[in-house]
Amino acid sequence: MLRYTLGRILQMIPTLIGVAVLVFFMLRVIPGDVVEVKLRGDGGNVSQETIDMEKKRLGLDRPLMIQFKDWMVGLATLDLGKSMWTDRPVVEEIGIRLELSFQVAIMATIFAVLIAIPLGTTAALMRGTWVDYVVRIVTIGGLSIPSFWFGMLIMISLLTFFNWLPPITFTPIYVDPIANLTQLIWPALAVGYRYCAVVARMIRSSLLEVLNEDYIRTARAKGVYEKLVISRHALRNALLPAITVIGIEFAFLIGGLVVTEQVFNLNGIGMLFVQSVSRNDFTLIQGMVMMIAAVYVVVNLIVDLLYAVFDPRIRYT
Amino acid sequence: MSVAALPASMPRRRSAVLDFCRQQPLGAISFVIIVVMMFAGVFSEYAAPYNPLDIDFASILAAPSWDHLMGTDAFGRDIFSRIIWGSRTALVIGFTSSFIGSTIGAVLGVASAYFGGKIDDWIQRFVDILLAFPIIVLALVVVAALRKSVLFGIDMNLIYAIAIPIVPRVARVVRAAALSIRVMPYVDAARAAGYSNSRIIFRHMAPNVVAPYLIMFTAFIAQAILLEASLSFLGLGVTEPTPAWGLMLSGNAADFYREAPWMILFPGAAISLAVFAFNLFGDSLRDYLDPRFKT
Repeated sequence: MLRYTLGRILQMIPTLIGVAVLVFFMLRVIPGDVVEVKLRGDGGNVSQETIDMEKKRLGLDRPLMIQFKDWMVGLATLDLGKSMWTDRPVVEEIGIRLELSFQVAIMATIFAVLIAIPLGTTAALMRGTWVDYVVRIVTIGGLSIPSFWFGMLIMISLLTFFNWLPPITFTPIYVDPIANLTQLIWPALAVGYRYCAVVARMIRSSLLEVLNEDYIRTARAKGVYEKLVISRHALRNALLPAITVIGIEFAFLIGGLVVTEQVFNLNGIGMLFVQSVSRNDFTLIQGMVMMIAAVYVVVNLIVDLLYAVFDPRIRYT
Repeated sequence: MSVAALPASMPRRRSAVLDFCRQQPLGAISFVIIVVMMFAGVFSEYAAPYNPLDIDFASILAAPSWDHLMGTDAFGRDIFSRIIWGSRTALVIGFTSSFIGSTIGAVLGVASAYFGGKIDDWIQRFVDILLAFPIIVLALVVVAALRKSVLFGIDMNLIYAIAIPIVPRVARVVRAAALSIRVMPYVDAARAAGYSNSRIIFRHMAPNVVAPYLIMFTAFIAQAILLEASLSFLGLGVTEPTPAWGLMLSGNAADFYREAPWMILFPGAAISLAVFAFNLFGDSLRDYLDPRFKT
């Protein structure tokens, strides 16, 4: 198991290096006009000299390969540089917003998994009936309704039915759990619907596959209660592939948050990403892309290790 | 069924469309929605009651009525007309970016499976790197890198930004399908006959991965429409005054939750319905074309 774990950790490195190289050169296809956006964005009349000086200060006038070397060396020492817009360290900019986004992600996961398991199971067991059709429509709806619009619908409903809107300022959960939850539960629901739909569809199809296995027929033949056949024999095995989907969708929740945080006006990772893109803040974009890739790679590692724990066959191959 | 009831002659070949409708009723419904949307997109000039750009200060934020079926926005523009014109934007961007992305992905996937070895390794490594990003994050990075370049009134870079995240996802699925075709005797035969690599890839292998390609192409039109709406909503996609659904929800639309909820309801419903139709159609197409996956 230890060897397997170490091997998997080593496999992460080439992917992360690839991401670092790719994102650096992609962003430098058109050289940095962050300075232009920053100084001339409001139509301000700024001399070329000032712009050149600012570029020099940010190190944008140096040869591309030198900048690239700095970026890679910085990564190796976990130094992501400073934001070109605010001059604060990238790690700090991300750090102050991480808690909020992370909490929304966790809440969305809990919500999605709690609903997806019964939903997917029911659909699989009642395959071909109207229940199955309803679940199919509801889950495809989850894949189709944009999370930002769903968020707006939630806001409109809260306003119409309760004449109330969630608080705007963020309170950490350990300070005031009620204020915290009343603010963050809505974005969690908005991004959780899609998440739930993806997981439910996976559970349905993998459960249907498992129900065709020989050991299910054996269990039924020897007279095991149908409830036990489903819960002990079928569902346990069907949940394995679902773990992969739950993991990947968790890592990808940032994608939903990018737009949903905008709707709820939450100052989290997603909002920061959109801001850095519209400001051409290359160092910040690079840093966030690395963070997102790192989360994806680590979640994948955890999923693989969980697989190895649940399915001993994987460990020994 | 008794043996005598079986027809003596060969079974008549039924029309594929009828067959599809009978087997996949939900797919047929979604197809109707898609056709209606296409009509609205192609004949926007005739279908829309108003000019989508006409500003009318006399009827700002008007509620839905017979004059304005879905009300008007903060500039007095007719929302129903803007939604009809928006379907053109959504379809053009959805189709082209899904087509570009799926086609490049399919070629990469088939080439990867055909050549194997080092080439396969490198392509797969590249695909793995691109897969480490949620679709919208990758699209936003491309938007940041490329900015704007307008051709025939369409922002080509927006289309690339939407197409690029599609490439690795299609490449992976098509590669898996092509791997099983690569070992078929007819590929060996083609090679023994001395055909060139590109001829084998395009004439012998590509036609056999058309089914997964079509399924992915349809499903990614849905993704592309959703992505275009999200980017436009963030102010980084289609820009004013072009009518686009995501754009109609952005900016100050959120200030009118109470006064004019129709500004939010109808464009969002249009996005959801369009994406829903393409998703459902792709889903039904998969069940129809590939009974192995039918679950």
